[in-house]
Amino acid sequence: MNLKKLLDLFLTFARIGGLTFGGGYAMLPMLQKEVVENRGWATEEELADYFAIGQCTPGVIAVNTATFVGYREAGILGGVMATLGVIFPSLVIITIIAAFIRNFADLPVVKHAFSGIRVCVCVLILNAVLKLRKNSVVDKPTTAIFVLVFLLSVITPLSPVVFVILAGLAGVLLKGGKKAL
Amino acid sequence: MMLLQLFLEFARTGLFAVGGGLATLPFLYSLSDKTNWFSHEQLTDMLAVSESTPGPIGVNTATYVGFATAGLLGAVTATVGLVLPSVIVILIVARVLDKFRESVLVKSVFYGLRPCSTGLIAASGLSVVELTLLNMDALKSFQFLNALRLPYLIIAVILFFAMKKFPKHPAFYIALSAVIGIVFKL
Repeated sequence: MNLKKLLDLFLTFARIGGLTFGGGYAMLPMLQKEVVENRGWATEEELADYFAIGQCTPGVIAVNTATFVGYREAGILGGVMATLGVIFPSLVIITIIAAFIRNFADLPVVKHAFSGIRVCVCVLILNAVLKLRKNSVVDKPTTAIFVLVFLLSVITPLSPVVFVILAGLAGVLLKGGKKAL
Repeated sequence: MMLLQLFLEFARTGLFAVGGGLATLPFLYSLSDKTNWFSHEQLTDMLAVSESTPGPIGVNTATYVGFATAGLLGAVTATVGLVLPSVIVILIVARVLDKFRESVLVKSVFYGLRPCSTGLIAASGLSVVELTLLNMDALKSFQFLNALRLPYLIIAVILFFAMKKFPKHPAFYIALSAVIGIVFKL
């Protein structure tokens, strides 16, 4: 078993977990940087695939993506190590805060810092989407799917699961039929 | 005994909460009602901390609830419980996908899924923008001039071009923005 690879998976995902502020989607820019650019463990397209699968399978999307990348790189153990890596910083940081710091979220310095971080997260997600769009929105049908999903998920309270299932079906109708015939 | 219950409760949450970290919230509220391990107010506080610390929000909340309930061991138990079902599910999905990776069917499913995934991420990005750069109350009462939070917007535009010009690790810009937030008391 490739111990070095497993350790690398653990450490890389620990770094990603420790640097992600604002939930699963905010992890995308970190994943693009660490997993796609620095390590070459996945392509932009594969990352989009993992996110789509993470949407309609149980659990936290960021964790699901970690498991996926880890498995692809080093099998079941790889999936487990990447997952442990991504949750490790949370365990340490939250435990310290819970044990020692009262009213953490109400501290003025935390509030100000987080307001700044949120602005940054906006820009990071925008950049991540622009990057992702290059590889996923490639022709008229995919443009239509992108626009429809974006608009509908902004104006309706439908669950992402619905969109993922419908988009998968649309993909089969648009592409699968042609090639199968 | 409590640890076992904690593990099972979070494993159940991890199994049934589909669609990301915030989908775990309803489960946590009902856990609070059921067990009295923590109150709704405590849960709200824990969520606030989870949102303002690094890491996936669902994982952070599980760790916090676990710690509040049964200390360090509780934190580990709840977190591992939360991720275990999804790890198993994803490992199975990944295995099946690897087998059929070259099939026309799987390829065409992903052809449709990729723009969908991008659209969903864009929409969630918009909700962060709404929260940060726009003043929704002003927008709703059609006061368009007050609807933009100008200082935030200016910082966002500067960050956007800075990232284009100096492509550094995202963490660099996150740290920088935290400092900006503290200095300008955003």
